[in-house]
Amino acid sequence: MATRTVSITVNGETHTRDVEPRLLLVHFLRENLDLTGTHIGCDTSNCGACTVLLDGKSIKSCTLLAVQAHGKAVTTIEGVAQGGQLHPLQEGFKEKHGLQCGFCTPGMVMRAVELLDKNPDPTEDDIRWGISGNLCRCTGYVNIVKAIQYAAEKMQAEEAVEA
Amino acid sequence: MIPAPFDYHTPSSLDEALSLLQEYGYEAKILTGGQSLLPMMKLRLAEPEHIIDLNGIPGLAYIREEDGHVKIGALTREAEMEESALIRAKLPILHDTGKLIADPQVRNLGTLGGNLAHGDPGNDHPATMLALGARVVAIGPNGQRAIPVTEFFVDFYTTALEPEEILTEIQIPLPPPGSGGAYLKLERKVGDYATAGVAAQVTIDATGRCTEAGIGLTNVSYVPVKATDAEARLRGSTLSEVDLNEAAGLAAAASRPSSDLRGSEEYKRAMVRVLTKRALQRAIARARG
Repeated sequence: MATRTVSITVNGETHTRDVEPRLLLVHFLRENLDLTGTHIGCDTSNCGACTVLLDGKSIKSCTLLAVQAHGKAVTTIEGVAQGGQLHPLQEGFKEKHGLQCGFCTPGMVMRAVELLDKNPDPTEDDIRWGISGNLCRCTGYVNIVKAIQYAAEKMQAEEAVEA
Repeated sequence: MIPAPFDYHTPSSLDEALSLLQEYGYEAKILTGGQSLLPMMKLRLAEPEHIIDLNGIPGLAYIREEDGHVKIGALTREAEMEESALIRAKLPILHDTGKLIADPQVRNLGTLGGNLAHGDPGNDHPATMLALGARVVAIGPNGQRAIPVTEFFVDFYTTALEPEEILTEIQIPLPPPGSGGAYLKLERKVGDYATAGVAAQVTIDATGRCTEAGIGLTNVSYVPVKATDAEARLRGSTLSEVDLNEAAGLAAAASRPSSDLRGSEEYKRAMVRVLTKRALQRAIARARG
């Protein structure tokens, strides 16, 4: 079974590797690139811990082959803070105690990045529906919802200042 | 969990994909969204030797109104359908269905063509397509053919597609004025397959009579079920409480559920009855605008 050469831009940097076609994107990120912020939870596309952005869209990296990401841009949790500044979502999870063990957090944040990108002013229902593919076994989701609301408010305020 | 090894092919045209299929036949599987195929490969329920990834073929993802139909390219993602103003306006039943499939991340990748071609009776689109009287278009070495969805689901995980054929488009007749539809799904949690699901579509004329009815059932048999007796019971009726109750009973009778972790056979059949009535009520409310 032939290997394939893939070039994948991860957090702005392009990486070229020869990989087996069966290599999953999450393993490419964690094992080939040592980006272990993306977690493997259920490994069956239920829990969302492995969520990353593929060309801006949130996907479960345990259910995508690395070869499918060839030529595309991937953003992981390591890529959301800019210039040493936490992303408003990361800040929100910190401020609102949106995590306990933290295992689901990278996936929650990556999912919420796309959610707020598409819907900058979500209702609580929009947020709960929006993170329905991400499981948290610690928090009961209440503070996760608050963290995302915090980020939405902050991002909207920042946008208002820029405008 | 890691899939068994395979060779990966990325055709850039349908012709190229078709010749790969002719070469590898049953040893090949087509990859579009991969949200059903990859889990099956990781669990080693499927070990194809060749994966033919259609994502590099341009022109297979679109939603358009044409010749009295809504035509949807097979590689259109669930998320794209969810955001489609055309679907929301003309086919609210399809909008209902998409929102209940898996979760947002899976819907960013999963495709309508894959949902149908997989032939899983637990998938949600088949029931809706049965209710809407849709047809699929497949291309093969001998050209293109249209297959009514009523003839598409032949057995458990088995469709009318030949091994060397590719599903390229789904064609849904535009419902006439006075139509409405709804899809309801009972699930244990978000992202689960249906304990039972019901798609109902009705057309009502100016006198209040039902002129057309379509009812499809999800995950209550080894194939998606078209509840033809229930549909016939509604046609020509005024859709009274009695009409709906009797149609719901006929839909339940048409189901062949098996007992499993989601519930007993008896329970599932009872849920088909309840959901059929509720889906019809919502469909009628939408038809009456």
